Amino acid sequence: MTALGKLFRTTTFKLTLVYLTVFALFAAFLLGYFALNTRRLITEQITDTVNAEITGLSEQYRLGGIRRLVVVVDARARRPGSSLYLVTTFAGEALAGNVTSLPPGTLDNPGWIETGYRRLDEADAAEHPEHHALARVFQLPGGFRLLVGRDLDERERLYNIVLSAGRWSIAIVIVLGLAGGLFVTRRVLRRVDAMTETASTIMRGNLGGRLPVAGTGDELDRLGENLNVMLDRIEALMRGLKEVSDNIAHDLKTPLTRLRNRTEQALRSAKTENEYRAALENTIEESDGLIRTFNALLMIARAESGQARENMSEFDAAEIAHDVGELYEPLAEEKGIVLKVEAETPVPVKGNRELISQALANLVDNAIKYTEPRNEQLNGAPAQIVVRALWEGDRILLTVSDSGPGIPEAERGRVVERFVRLEQSRSQPGSGLGLSLASAVARLHGGELTLADNQPGLKSIIALPRGGPVQSAG
Amino acid sequence: MTTYSDIHARLSFGRAGDAQPDRVTMRLLVIEDDRDAAEYLVKAFREVGHVADAATDGDDGLAMALDGQYDVLIVDRMLPKRDGLALIGALRAKGMETPALILSALGQVDDRVKGLRAGGDDYLPKPYSFAELLARVEVLSRRRIGRSEETVLRVGDLELDRLSHQVHRAGDEISLQPREFRLLEYLMQHAGQVVTRTMLLENVWDYHFDPQTNVIDVHISRLRSKIDKGFSQPLLHTVRGAGYMIRDGAR
Repeated sequence: MTALGKLFRTTTFKLTLVYLTVFALFAAFLLGYFALNTRRLITEQITDTVNAEITGLSEQYRLGGIRRLVVVVDARARRPGSSLYLVTTFAGEALAGNVTSLPPGTLDNPGWIETGYRRLDEADAAEHPEHHALARVFQLPGGFRLLVGRDLDERERLYNIVLSAGRWSIAIVIVLGLAGGLFVTRRVLRRVDAMTETASTIMRGNLGGRLPVAGTGDELDRLGENLNVMLDRIEALMRGLKEVSDNIAHDLKTPLTRLRNRTEQALRSAKTENEYRAALENTIEESDGLIRTFNALLMIARAESGQARENMSEFDAAEIAHDVGELYEPLAEEKGIVLKVEAETPVPVKGNRELISQALANLVDNAIKYTEPRNEQLNGAPAQIVVRALWEGDRILLTVSDSGPGIPEAERGRVVERFVRLEQSRSQPGSGLGLSLASAVARLHGGELTLADNQPGLKSIIALPRGGPVQSAG
Repeated sequence: MTTYSDIHARLSFGRAGDAQPDRVTMRLLVIEDDRDAAEYLVKAFREVGHVADAATDGDDGLAMALDGQYDVLIVDRMLPKRDGLALIGALRAKGMETPALILSALGQVDDRVKGLRAGGDDYLPKPYSFAELLARVEVLSRRRIGRSEETVLRVGDLELDRLSHQVHRAGDEISLQPREFRLLEYLMQHAGQVVTRTMLLENVWDYHFDPQTNVIDVHISRLRSKIDKGFSQPLLHTVRGAGYMIRDGAR
């Protein structure tokens, strides 16, 4: 497709054409109407004048007979710019007037005629063109005929001036309109082309591309801005997906390899039924661990993609703190740790109750896992874990404070990532997904998970907006 | 959270010293399009003494289920010809109230809610352990007897009054926390049946997630120390590789 062809196909250009056609038709109609009306008006004026003269002249005839009429007509005919006059006998012989070269038989029928003529003073000069006139033939009593008329050239000249002005202005409208349309279309087309170009680079796999925004705030800019926000979101989702697949590849393959090795080992060296049984039990245990990791990954991916947004309701965060505290309290007690819940009901919040419970449970689980019951810094008093639910402005906070080893400040950002477990925690059971799930859940609700120093220990804070996630939030 | 490492022991009625559930033979219908999985389930159910049939698509499954001779249906959610939820819907529309357990690869909470809303009685995400499935199916078949209507539950000399919220063992009152009471109530409602950790977490705590650590075990051992300590005959038993069961060991 040629550049021009492309231009003609754009919506803008088609719109321009439609507007132009409508406008040109309207202008033509207006000018035509104006021209015709002007002509009609002039014709009416001529008719009135001619009628008045005929009335006047026939009055002269009635008063003074043909002699008086001839004198008056002669006088009038000689005035400059006069009307046309002709008085004939019954036989058609001219008695007075300033007209000649009328077509034969013109005077036979009384009434209005449009006719060609020559003025008497021009009659001999062949180079004078024939004029046109509107005339009335009147039969006087006594067989005389009177013709009075007005030249039509003026009327036709005016009519032609209006018509040609109309033609010119329509031509100019069309030319200017087309040029303007082409100009606007090209400008729009250039920007759309730039967008299309970017879109195809993105489609080719370069997700980092963004649509150009001119900064004028017009509709194309708004479209570009919105599409850019959408692209940001898509890029974030793709990055998440890539991370998930990288992690699956890396961290699920390790236990799978272990599983396979052990099974092979059993096949090779197990002899007794008990040895086989032990190997099989081991296999089931390993696969259960794998399933658990897999479920946690799916859950995180789901939370991150925002699918769980549909299942949100209004509930009391303090109740969740009490429930989760109650669930873990025996576990803490068994380890010699005091688990306390400090939450005054109600702390209403909108969200996915199940996911928030799970996020808080993960934090409590971590706290119990990493807190030693006796700590020198506490002078022999039992270690404490405190779960709190409280308001803070338009956010609610769910916090878990422990007196465990804490997390060095430099590492706090990293542990929230999937599968990251600090060196000192390798010996503890767990998938390493607890904090990332809690973080994903917080982000799903438009909030965040932060880790802070509890001096000593770790304070994990889930902060959530009270009204639930803002719908437009990425 | 549960490590069902001892399925074999469970299938062959365990090892010496394991508590045995009161097992009544059930007629089961497995509707599952994966022939291997269906065969495995039918075989496993038969090994523990139940009668099991299999159907491999939704239409066959519906026709067989309409016979009405089954105690529990095990329905895969995604089936050829007619999907699992539609099948259950069609059954319920015909007035068949046979309990149905839905098996599904979709394990999220809202999938579960959708399954139960469609008329399913329980929902088990894949992959599952047979011990978990068996425990749930047995609980479903027993639900028809309507034990949950009783106001006083009794197991041996243990008594739980659901109205006054009092628990007595051999005439002595035992004081329980509210959650411990609900835990015991659930166990006693299903006395003689295996109850898995997941079932407890779902029914007593209303959580459908994996708490990572075996928190349920700690709750059970607390409860056990309250109701069994000092009595020669323990009532609350651990079923290896499956879960827990309350029953009168003297019988």
